[in-house]
Amino acid sequence: MGEQIIDSDVVIVGGGNAALCAALVARESGASVTVLECAPPEYRGGNSRHTRNMRCMHEAPTDVLTDAYTEEEYFSDLLRVTEGETTENLARLVIRDSPEATRWMKSYGVRFQPSLGGTLHLGRTNAFFLGGGKALMNAYYLAAGRRGIRVIYNAEVTDLRMGAGKFESGRMLLDGQPAEFRARALVAASGGFEANLEWLEEVWGEAARNFIVRGTPYNKGKLLKLLMHLGAESVGDPKQCHAVAIDGRAPKFDGGIVTRLDCVPLGIVVNKRAERFYDEGEDLWPKRYAIWGRLVAQQEDQIAWSIIDSKATGRFMPSVFPAISAPSIAELASALGLPARSLETTVREFNQAVRPGHFDHQILDDCRTEGLNPPKSHWAQAIDRAPFRGYPLRPGITFTYLGVKVNERAEVQGFGSGTNVFAAGEIMAGNILGKGYLAGFGMTIGAVFGRIAGREAARAAAQ
Amino acid sequence: MQPLSNLIAEGERLMVICNACRYCEGYCAVFPAMERRLSFTEADINYLANLCHNCAECYYSCQYAPPHEFAVNVPKVFAEIRARSYEKYAWPRFLRINAWWAVAGGLVVAALLAGTGPVAGADFYAVISHEAMVATFGVVTAFVVVAGVAGFLRFWRESGEGLARFFQLSTQIQGARDALSLKNLKSSGVGCTYPDEQHSQARRLFHHFTFYGFLLCLASTSVAAVYHSVFELQAPYAYFSVPVVLGTLGGIGLLIGPLGLYRLKLRRDPAIVDLKQDSMDISFLALLFLTSLTGLLLLGLRETAAMGALLRIHLGVVLGLLLTLPYGKFVHGIYRLAALVRSALETSRGQH
Repeated sequence: MGEQIIDSDVVIVGGGNAALCAALVARESGASVTVLECAPPEYRGGNSRHTRNMRCMHEAPTDVLTDAYTEEEYFSDLLRVTEGETTENLARLVIRDSPEATRWMKSYGVRFQPSLGGTLHLGRTNAFFLGGGKALMNAYYLAAGRRGIRVIYNAEVTDLRMGAGKFESGRMLLDGQPAEFRARALVAASGGFEANLEWLEEVWGEAARNFIVRGTPYNKGKLLKLLMHLGAESVGDPKQCHAVAIDGRAPKFDGGIVTRLDCVPLGIVVNKRAERFYDEGEDLWPKRYAIWGRLVAQQEDQIAWSIIDSKATGRFMPSVFPAISAPSIAELASALGLPARSLETTVREFNQAVRPGHFDHQILDDCRTEGLNPPKSHWAQAIDRAPFRGYPLRPGITFTYLGVKVNERAEVQGFGSGTNVFAAGEIMAGNILGKGYLAGFGMTIGAVFGRIAGREAARAAAQ
Repeated sequence: MQPLSNLIAEGERLMVICNACRYCEGYCAVFPAMERRLSFTEADINYLANLCHNCAECYYSCQYAPPHEFAVNVPKVFAEIRARSYEKYAWPRFLRINAWWAVAGGLVVAALLAGTGPVAGADFYAVISHEAMVATFGVVTAFVVVAGVAGFLRFWRESGEGLARFFQLSTQIQGARDALSLKNLKSSGVGCTYPDEQHSQARRLFHHFTFYGFLLCLASTSVAAVYHSVFELQAPYAYFSVPVVLGTLGGIGLLIGPLGLYRLKLRRDPAIVDLKQDSMDISFLALLFLTSLTGLLLLGLRETAAMGALLRIHLGVVLGLLLTLPYGKFVHGIYRLAALVRSALETSRGQH
């Protein structure tokens, strides 16, 4: 039997939110569409599978969003987190189109709900997917199937052939067998490289070996590398990734949301030497959790422990792994594998530095330490009520910032004008989110640019 | 069969994962009830399992569903726990009635009660005397009610809520409304993911046919009893009398509903159900269907010579159905309603 050849007006590489938005819009425009998803069906959807909401502009309350969230406020939030590392025209395009993208998603059976328990601070800005990101992807795939979009699983792109700045054909492994695909337009929507351990090690050195990948094991950045190799302009710092501190017992890949630990501001965090290294109460947790991945990554062996006492019970979202518990600090130290005397000293010094105040973990309260380095600026309470509890922390990578540069038509830059190569989703999110993190914004970029890429790819294919 | 403690431990393992995720909280009553707890006792797991309607939305939406190493499958595990909880709450506990033996027993009883004299027209009481019928069914019904109440009390006692709280009017109304509308199978209007991943109202619809059909038949029997004892009007009643109209409508529901539910069962995704329960489920559906079929045949042929035999068969099937009620699939209604009332009670206290 000869080698399989896939031929389609538009080929989409990737299988997440951006990819399926592109596929559905390209199909709406009349193109024949093939989606090449490198995961098997049960793991389809890339990191969209783990998401749960999307940041939406709105002028008035909606069925799932409270109050209003204007373009200006949205953009200023983006400027603040990126410290200006954004492209204003593309960012505003995403923000302005977010209400229309949401309406369009609903028309394909995507359902939204008000913010989830424990996420009330997002109730105004983020529309939650009923059932989360996998439910979102299920709705897309169901719609794709009904509209005659061909979805090929276990399809890993290995090579692209271009001529005069235009995509002509590509090579892939289909269930491990070499195959070819041809198309009049290509949409790259295959995510970043956060699951590529070798690449991470190139960037981060040996420390990367102790990183945990929070999402899909399929985002290896192969297409990103191919495109850059072929001359696509890149954006975003290749050395940057978004990482949070997660439970150190999480699986290497795909642990997702349940491995998160929200107890950091309620206690102290120590490294391998049982020493504190950063202000655990610097700011409200939703504003600070994303810096802890880097903080832990900078510690010896990339590990740390959050230590709390029984006063913290029930004050943070439950996590999937049980706390390691002990009746005294010394016994907790030995259960955690920490030097006992050192941990006792750290806790004693911390307890002595705590100043009286009115504890309230919902606001920036006045419970703080005095004369301690590093200080704990809020929610500082003596760790003195047994049982004492500890959780191991490791850096958990969410996504990478490196991507290909695009214009407002989602055309990949570097191939000359009139190229038929487009990009959407995490592979180009660095154009807009060059730094930092804004909850639910990645999904908005994916939906808006997915739709643009689908429309433009269908147009390019028709020419 | 795996030990109950293993199943409960598995239920607890799942709830700890789900409670750290919470993506499914918009689907049904189970997840908000879960979020009110930080840890899960065996009683909690039994309650949550009986609150689960097996719609399977959470399974298809779960990023931790198999083959993920967390292997989260709430509908299947809860179905297994539910079946075991039916055994646990059943009173008397030692009694297990196989549906088909019950029908056989019912037929024998009906045959024994039957007179031998010649029967003319639709004279039911010439076949079996009214006294014998009332005595037999009265005793069996009383037993069924006692057994049902005992099961409910065993379930409710585990909640730690006093009995008075169960009868609180506002929560009763809310619980009954959720049960009667099958709100938890609605999934905001598109229906549940049964028999497969695509949303469908089919299960809800056929369950409504079954449940309301059953209620109409119950109403028919009750009206007939009032006719007989209060107004001294004897069966058979005219085709357009209240008992016959109610019974006919109910009977039609009990033909369509169970047949529809059975057909869905044939097409369902085996991943989301406990296949071991099929005999319990299908025997209940079959008994409901046969009760209706024999009843409607009796109605249609009551003026013919077949009436005597049909009446005995019908009464035998109904007796069999009644005897199995406290020990078969029927009890899911008792514990589901109690769980919904408990969920309404917890919600009304402002816990989430």
